[in-house]
Amino acid sequence: MMRFIPVREAILGSAILILLVLVASRFSGFVAPSNLANVFNDTAPLIILALGQMVVILTRCIDLSVAANLALTGMAAAMINVAMPGLPIPVIIAIAVLMGAFMGAINGVLVWKLSIPPIVVTLGTMTIFRGIIFLISDGKWVNSHEMSAAFTGFPRTVFLGLPVLSWIAIFTVIVFGIMMARTQFGRSIFAVGGNPHAAVYTGINVGKTQFWAFVVAGALAGLTGYLWVARYAVAYVDIAGGFELEVVAACVIGGISIAGGIGSVGGAVLGAIFLGVVKNALPVVNISPFWQLAISGSAILIAVAFNARSGRAKGRIILKSAEATQ
Amino acid sequence: MSVIKKLATSVALAGAMFGTPAFAQDDVRIALVVKALGIGFFEAANEGAQEAAEELGNVEIIYTGPTDTTAEGQIEVINALIAQQVDAIAVSSNDTDALVPVLQRAMQRGITVISWDSGVAPDGRQLHLNPSSNPLIGNMIIKLAADHLPDGGEVALLSATTTSTNQNIWMEEMNNVMGDYPGIEVVATVYGDDLADKSYREATGLMQSYPDLDAIIAPTSVGIVAAAQAVVDAGKVGEVNVTGLGLPSEMAGAIESGASQSFAIWNPIDLGYSATMLAYELSQNGVEAAPGAEIPMGRMGTLTLDENNEGAMADPFVYDASNIDDFKSIF
Repeated sequence: MMRFIPVREAILGSAILILLVLVASRFSGFVAPSNLANVFNDTAPLIILALGQMVVILTRCIDLSVAANLALTGMAAAMINVAMPGLPIPVIIAIAVLMGAFMGAINGVLVWKLSIPPIVVTLGTMTIFRGIIFLISDGKWVNSHEMSAAFTGFPRTVFLGLPVLSWIAIFTVIVFGIMMARTQFGRSIFAVGGNPHAAVYTGINVGKTQFWAFVVAGALAGLTGYLWVARYAVAYVDIAGGFELEVVAACVIGGISIAGGIGSVGGAVLGAIFLGVVKNALPVVNISPFWQLAISGSAILIAVAFNARSGRAKGRIILKSAEATQ
Repeated sequence: MSVIKKLATSVALAGAMFGTPAFAQDDVRIALVVKALGIGFFEAANEGAQEAAEELGNVEIIYTGPTDTTAEGQIEVINALIAQQVDAIAVSSNDTDALVPVLQRAMQRGITVISWDSGVAPDGRQLHLNPSSNPLIGNMIIKLAADHLPDGGEVALLSATTTSTNQNIWMEEMNNVMGDYPGIEVVATVYGDDLADKSYREATGLMQSYPDLDAIIAPTSVGIVAAAQAVVDAGKVGEVNVTGLGLPSEMAGAIESGASQSFAIWNPIDLGYSATMLAYELSQNGVEAAPGAEIPMGRMGTLTLDENNEGAMADPFVYDASNIDDFKSIF
């Protein structure tokens, strides 16, 4: 049974390779190492957010407020930078992460203590967060010339051949890989999603685990908020509009079951990379923009169809693999 | 902020109400009603109106508006202006239809009513002043690119969504005048959906697909900023010129980095100036606003009205390194 998950990742991995070959046949420059590095860098925010979303989905929840959380922390980070240009970037990042985590905690408390369905909670907070951006910014933009050079420069700084943005994504992937496989929190997330009743009998607090999943997703959204605003050097109310759906799509393509309990870090990362390659390839292969949405959508449907076929006998498998790892 | 704005309106209104007897009777009072107070764009329009007032000599400008962009707020303001019996009202409306009844009442009282920037339905005003027209904008966006390409070159369009009406009209108008710009070739049209990340990616894709690309034209404020950032990040400043329609405050960074040589948008100062001139002509010189009429507006030339009593002021105003600093704090 342990072979099961790697097989799915292998399928997705080869799908990405086939996609790259197809794109290369129309535009050879796409597979140049430097361009692939650019594609990865461009996908980094999606990877980070997909990992946070994965944790939430695994616990049978969903977080639709990640993009709004990102936009709000991004706007706050930009406004702090404009107000105090001298503030060191690590401090801004810390503020962004804490702010994001706090907004995630709001979602978490509502789901945990008031037992409101997560989709309703996060639909509500999504709108509230966007509204707050409007309130704090007065609807105005924060523009590149108002931001300090350090603020916009940090994610672009090249370190060992890759921009810092890419390194943050890689670091997050490693941390999550260890967390999901080797820590009590990681295992209880699988248990809660796989079979909540069984999880209760093993002494896991289901609501609390879901709460922490939201906090983790929020913290990552906050971190991405700063990175996003710094990368595109602009902050306004609508940044990353609709991005929450892309994040969920990355998870679904990566084989994370919407019903909870099934999924892996590798899957989420590959799902994000798959979408990232599609998004970066479509502009260069001369496909009519009218077709682009249909193509992205079909990719998601095909992936879900695959997962639905392989989604038999969930729950049981996960608990067994959880036992096996411990 | 909001408290200050509210205070400002109250003071402006109170001043306008109680101060009335102090004005000399022969002063023509023109009210400039804006969408909301405290917006840089309208503050700049007021500057233009003051300029026109100075030029005309006997004009008093009443710059007013609600504290938030609602039609209700504007109706209140306009009612107050009717009570004060101003000579003319020039309004940039928050709602095409909601202001019609109150503006009709103003016209029944003999007050000249025109709309500018954001229009009112024909029943509620004598004429409407558009900042520019679709043919003028379509011509301007290609001219901006062509001006920096004396030997011709490849340009690409970065639009908003495939369905955005104004973008599509501007691009169509641009295609109609391509014959005037020999040597300029439009190699692609891509859509950034007015999202910073998608526009950035599309712009990056354009530079990869067309290594000889000379200019990216983005007639959308999100797209032009994102494309400029993409050009900077790709290290192609000086090779690829980003131009189109944008706001000076948002584009200041792109002009500074050199990613954009120039871009255009209407000039709010000229707009306020022209609105005041038109209101004055209609109210004092007996000019009739009728289809086909040509109404002078001082240094901005004349306004020709179409069948809906609408007219276009001028070409969009071009912003570049020489004037960006004057405008970036305005709007």
